[in-house]
Amino acid sequence: MTGAAPEPIAEVREAVKRFPAPEGGVVTALDNISLEVQQGQFATLLGPSGCGKTTLLRTISGFEDLDSGEVRIGGIPVTGVPPYRRPVNTVFQNYALFPHLPVSGNVGYGLEVAGVQRSERDRRVGEALERVGLSGFHRRKPAQLSGGQQQRVALARAIINQPKLLLLDEPLSALDRNLRQSMQLELKSLQHDLGICFLFVTHDQEEALTMSDQVIVLNQGKIEQVGPPEVLYHRPATRFVAEFIGDGALFHGKIQNTDADPVLVTEDGLRIAVGTGPGVGDSATLIIRPEHLSIAPEDPDDSMGVLDAVLEQMVFKGATRQYVCRLANGAAISATPPEASEEAFIRVRPGEPVRLAYRRSKPHLIVETN
Amino acid sequence: MAVKRDSRRLFALLTPGTVFLGIFFLGPLAVMVVFSFLEPGLYGGVEWNFYHWNYGRILGWADGEWEDFDPVYAEIFFRSVRLALTNVAITLLICYPAALWVSGLSARWRTFVVFIVTLPFFVSLVVRLFCWVLILRPSGFLSSTLLGLGLISEPIDIIYTETAVLIGMAYILLPFMFLPLYASIEKLDHSLVEASYDLGANPYQTFLRVILPSTLPGIAAGSVLVFIPSLGNFIVPDLLGGAKVLMIGNLVEQQFLSARNWPFGSALSVMIMLVMFLLIVIYLRRIGRSEIVR
Repeated sequence: MTGAAPEPIAEVREAVKRFPAPEGGVVTALDNISLEVQQGQFATLLGPSGCGKTTLLRTISGFEDLDSGEVRIGGIPVTGVPPYRRPVNTVFQNYALFPHLPVSGNVGYGLEVAGVQRSERDRRVGEALERVGLSGFHRRKPAQLSGGQQQRVALARAIINQPKLLLLDEPLSALDRNLRQSMQLELKSLQHDLGICFLFVTHDQEEALTMSDQVIVLNQGKIEQVGPPEVLYHRPATRFVAEFIGDGALFHGKIQNTDADPVLVTEDGLRIAVGTGPGVGDSATLIIRPEHLSIAPEDPDDSMGVLDAVLEQMVFKGATRQYVCRLANGAAISATPPEASEEAFIRVRPGEPVRLAYRRSKPHLIVETN
Repeated sequence: MAVKRDSRRLFALLTPGTVFLGIFFLGPLAVMVVFSFLEPGLYGGVEWNFYHWNYGRILGWADGEWEDFDPVYAEIFFRSVRLALTNVAITLLICYPAALWVSGLSARWRTFVVFIVTLPFFVSLVVRLFCWVLILRPSGFLSSTLLGLGLISEPIDIIYTETAVLIGMAYILLPFMFLPLYASIEKLDHSLVEASYDLGANPYQTFLRVILPSTLPGIAAGSVLVFIPSLGNFIVPDLLGGAKVLMIGNLVEQQFLSARNWPFGSALSVMIMLVMFLLIVIYLRRIGRSEIVR
């Protein structure tokens, strides 16, 4: 980012956190992590379980101390500041609603401990509940609510203090698929309306892509890539990101023939045409997404790459059909061709050979320059 | 069919307990209630005549003679209730922080501490109380240690006082408070505490608004378990209270074993039961009203 960057809401600098492993030794949960989240952003920490994303969230909320490095919130270092004095609020994974308090008591808790007057409190509790679509639930106890409703109460409780930054620790993981999808959209629009910066933790890449302005991909305590969902999907920076986000076949090998049409040669001898750019001898990984592939025309031009495969099966996915094929080296590759070119596929029976084609410029190539 | 088999199994499982309690609990209880309304025999035992002045005697009018009003038994009664309630407060104040601390230990240490807490049960109660006599008497361990350290100039004489009785009762009943409290605190969902901090509550507010209400069931159970044996206790006041700190339990013991006034002893026992029952109902009601969802 160039020019006058706006003041980040939260900033993590060179954070390191190690835990003693249960079986002895040390686990590095955060390995020199630096990141920023900006005002009004919906940022997501994405990674497999054990990648350090929850630890990172907990160092921001103040429940974990860093071994070294620093967290700043609103430009102010918060090292040593206890959680109850940080201007952040959290939606916990299991909601952590107070079972002995009614919905209004839960939602108004933050205001009550801050000494806000009763009338003012009631008004704001009403507003917050209305925002999450739970008006009229004041007197219910958490145990009398469904999972989705508890989720909303936890959300209302966390936004009522108007935090600078709202932390969400896998809040949707306990909900069923349909509810989760509608909550994703609701969270997104809530974030837009409130203008509060959301930092969302998830291991679900689809969730991350759906909601985020900015995704931070973590793996083994390190940041793999930071960027908007489109960039992560189309231009993954590392093999891990390419594998973790979206479907697609990965080919790893060395580049040969630099002239006009470079070719990636894999270890088992597969030759795959790639776009221009890399130099001869570079190690590289090519990601071919299913939507890049269609049936090759009779006479493919130079801008296309061609792969010989055998059609294994067709999977009906509702809006699209997925054609699962097997390449000469035994690797599986999927194609979800656009409707226009589907006709060619329909004529192919499972077990028959098929020529797959893609625009050479489409699949992303990760070059590891030696 | 399933319902029938279930009810038959239930019957089979509950019969031994019901029969046992019916014969050995309800039977004596009924005898006691009946005796409490009978005339005391001249040399012990009972005369089979209805006689309600056993209860009058508790309030201060023995044998219906108004001019001889003497509330000595009522005083003992109220002292017993007061001491029992004080003991509940003492054990609660000692055990709550301890249980909080223990719940934060590693699993192995927690098991160890719980074992240590139950360890006194392996030694006879009377022996343990005699140890307290040795500790508390003027020439005892406590006094001589403090004298030796120069902290006091004269031996302290707290044996045969209410203080000594309270020390002894608290000592004996600590495990009954600790174990239910600990069970309740250990069950406490730590994420609730974190949520409270996260929402801006300091540790003090968090304790009052989240930890304490969440552990009320344990407090209630511990209080009841300590209150009941405290109220009826006669060994501790006997050994540590001497003749000066008579409690209701001693009175009952005397009536049955020394004074041989069985009807009056029975009347006292019935009163103890009624008071306990009343206080516990009030207590559980109040805790129930704070609506614990568990």
